[in-house]
Amino acid sequence: MSSGKQRPSILDKSLSRGKSEVSLTAYALLFSEMVQYSHNRVTSVNELHNKLSELGQSVGVRMVELLFVRDRNYKRETKLLNILLFVKGTLWKSLFGKEADKLDRATDDERIYYLIEKEPLVNRFISVPRDKSSINCAAFIAGIIEAVLNSTGFPAKVTALWHKGTTFMIKFDDAVLTRDKQLEGR
Amino acid sequence: MSRQSMRSNDPKKVSGELFTLTYGSLVAQLLKDYENVDDVNRQLERMGYNIGMRLIEDFLARANPGRCYDLRDTADKIQQAFKLYLGVSPSIGSWSPGGDEFSVVLETNPLAEFVELPDHCLSLRYSNILAGVIRGACEMVQLEIMAWFIADQLRGDNVTEIRVKFVKRLEDAIPAGED
Repeated sequence: MSSGKQRPSILDKSLSRGKSEVSLTAYALLFSEMVQYSHNRVTSVNELHNKLSELGQSVGVRMVELLFVRDRNYKRETKLLNILLFVKGTLWKSLFGKEADKLDRATDDERIYYLIEKEPLVNRFISVPRDKSSINCAAFIAGIIEAVLNSTGFPAKVTALWHKGTTFMIKFDDAVLTRDKQLEGR
Repeated sequence: MSRQSMRSNDPKKVSGELFTLTYGSLVAQLLKDYENVDDVNRQLERMGYNIGMRLIEDFLARANPGRCYDLRDTADKIQQAFKLYLGVSPSIGSWSPGGDEFSVVLETNPLAEFVELPDHCLSLRYSNILAGVIRGACEMVQLEIMAWFIADQLRGDNVTEIRVKFVKRLEDAIPAGED
């Protein structure tokens, strides 16, 4: 019935203002289905983390486009610190309605930064079985962060750890640090 | 100065965009895993069914809707649930003459924002999870129904329409050895 019709292109629609909200229950249940689905298809904790991170990455890539177009007047960040502050502030606010709790730099390795979130949204309803205490569903959010950094030109690896709540360990490629130093010099 | 959208910081709510994109990544993952669109439709329905079974508890506790005496009551409650959980108000209509079928019509579909169906996925029922949710929730209140999509904005229709058909009332099974 509808296959012959000309479908309107998504680009014909105006960009949403980002004010829509859905119930937390709806989100929690959807996320838990996703975790279960992923869980059924993997054999180890590591694989589960990777699966969730992959799911998060497809969210992250789209958030970059959305936020830089809507909130940042099409201007991307080039400095390392600024992109981290973007993740901690703008990104976190539009996803979770608040800023992330803390941003830290590792003392022994200049490539590593820590983003600390005491109680990530996705972990609020997940009870981790005792014998698998290393599982952290915030791997999904780690995937979001990783995709945001990668698609803005700051290749990094992001892992979620249990530490002061949940900590996202962000490890940048050497090239990023080198470039950042060059930018400093100007 | 970034134009931050001022969302009401209600702890019981999450950003609609996070929800939309999360759902989108799930559908994309299913398409990768199954390769066959019909299987994806089925899997989404099954996941929705699981969600519906749990969602009904929350709905009964929160909205205190009382009992449904006929299908019209049920339709009203479904409408109410859409409002509560997805923040949209569907309209109910197209009753069959027998009063055992109706349509839930969505002007806007919160799941389908930012979504465009590629040409090889035209038979994908993108929001099929909703049909599953309705079925799962009704089953927990002893209504067996069928729910399926008959129109979808993603496929060029004007509205998104879910058809709900009453099948039968489920009776409490008597535990074995108690009769």
